[in-house]
Amino acid sequence: MSKINELFNDELKIINMGLESFHKDLKSQNVKVIHMNWRPLAGGNKKMASLLSRLK
Amino acid sequence: MGLSVEVRKNTYYDSVTLMLISKEIKQIMGVNEALVGMGTDLNKELAKNLNLINEDIKKLGPNDFFIVANLEDDSVIEKVIKTVDNLLIKKKSEDSSEYRPATLDSALKYQSDSNLVLISVPGKYASDEVKKALKNDKHVMLFSDNVSIEEEIELKKLAKEKGLLMMGPDCGTAIINNVPLAFANVIKKGNIGIVGASGTGTQEVSVIIDKLGMGVSQVIGTGGRDLKSEVGGIMMLEGIDALLNDKNTEVIVLISKPPAKEVSEKVLKKVSKSKKPVVVNFIGGDLDLIKKHGAYPSSTLEDAAYKAVALAKKEEPMDFNGFSLEKEKIEKIVKKEVEQMDSEQKYLRGLYTGGTLADEAMKLLTKDLGHIYSNIPLDPQFKLIDVNKSIEHTCLDLGDDEFTVGRPHPMIDPSTRVERLIKEAKDEEVAVLLMDFVLGYGSHEDPIGEMIPAIKKAKESMVKKGKHLSIVASICGTNNDPQSLEISKRKLENEGVIVMPSNAQAVKLVSEIFKKINS
Repeated sequence: MSKINELFNDELKIINMGLESFHKDLKSQNVKVIHMNWRPLAGGNKKMASLLSRLK
Repeated sequence: MGLSVEVRKNTYYDSVTLMLISKEIKQIMGVNEALVGMGTDLNKELAKNLNLINEDIKKLGPNDFFIVANLEDDSVIEKVIKTVDNLLIKKKSEDSSEYRPATLDSALKYQSDSNLVLISVPGKYASDEVKKALKNDKHVMLFSDNVSIEEEIELKKLAKEKGLLMMGPDCGTAIINNVPLAFANVIKKGNIGIVGASGTGTQEVSVIIDKLGMGVSQVIGTGGRDLKSEVGGIMMLEGIDALLNDKNTEVIVLISKPPAKEVSEKVLKKVSKSKKPVVVNFIGGDLDLIKKHGAYPSSTLEDAAYKAVALAKKEEPMDFNGFSLEKEKIEKIVKKEVEQMDSEQKYLRGLYTGGTLADEAMKLLTKDLGHIYSNIPLDPQFKLIDVNKSIEHTCLDLGDDEFTVGRPHPMIDPSTRVERLIKEAKDEEVAVLLMDFVLGYGSHEDPIGEMIPAIKKAKESMVKKGKHLSIVASICGTNNDPQSLEISKRKLENEGVIVMPSNAQAVKLVSEIFKKINS
């Protein structure tokens, strides 16, 4: 079975990154969701962000 | 007075929250102009245009939060800051004590069985986050826009290679396992699967399926550019395969603006091999080509929904191009509206929040009304030079970029449309206003309540001039949506608005009204 079809047969478990209202909407429907405290990596500095991601 | 500025370094909030707060702050007594935002280039540009820029603001980075205001009296700043803080607390999810990971890696560790990442961060950061999610075998819905087409192709190729969904960028709607994601309605569970490259078009079809008593298995969004030749329909083709293999899907509906020719052929080739019936709406596309490939073409979004419902019930699908109400009732409505108008009133103003719905309206109306001016015209020669000034027959997509710089989409914040409605009603040549109201998750909690005072004012001002402003609307919503279709409809009808069961029928009623005006 393809991964997409597996998803269709599974309970949805979501990571929400960005607009908090989407998290609020999903919570209100009792969907399993976590909201990330997202912010631009390295304060939005591209060069620094790329260095940081290489550290992982 | 000078500018009052409050800066909080390394404090991040999302743009929609902050745009809504900016709007509220401007209502405070003593505030001439105000902006609340993160120190992004876009917000600095906006601050400059509002004459709210100074050296402090110029120095900020995208992780820095700021409040800047031009005040009648410096002391008002305390009230401004207090209001901002209260609103920030109010906008937070109820249970903010729960753990909120800062990176995707830590989120994946914390909720290791996650299967979908919903991404709505600013476009320039989105692609990196999507890549991370896909590499971790997670399906993605990418709501963010401002993602380049090159990035889109790269991400979709990666998703395809890994057998994952990558819905977007600029994917406004999806319903996976009956969970509405981002902007979506609460639709009954059923056996119709949809793949849509157009947000409000997809919402309209799913809503009408629900109104007709049936439901959806899955609604997969692809983002608006998926069927362009560069992207090649990657996600629509993947979506069709998934629905073909899904035991709960018995009928498939495909929705898109007219695709690139070679993409259309690729998609229809797959459709021609399908054992499940497929209804296609390539809004204004080639109907014969669809038929030739064994699919069911549809002339409107509503027609697509009707055909899908018939097929889902194992009935023969028929064209649906008319009204749900009897002919006599429609004639009565038209007569009543037109007899109250005066001879000066001859133009239509369409005020849409849904781009596809505006596009469908223009396609259906041009035959009877002739050319229609717009910010998204069918023919480039009828593009409005100034989008703030309507000319003759005009139909606007108020969710388009020109109207949303620094402001939330009109489905979230109705104020742009409230202002425009009042403005249009001052034009004595206007006969009819045509509007959509999109309910569901993601949309404003009461889009109709926000519009009612303007509707009242507009109607009254026309009556004072011995005229009648006809307002025709459709509501893209269901009774299970948080705003409730039935309650919303009643509120509009109480103000004399004619509410039709679909955008297509609202448009057809408008055509009938103009036929009567011109007869």
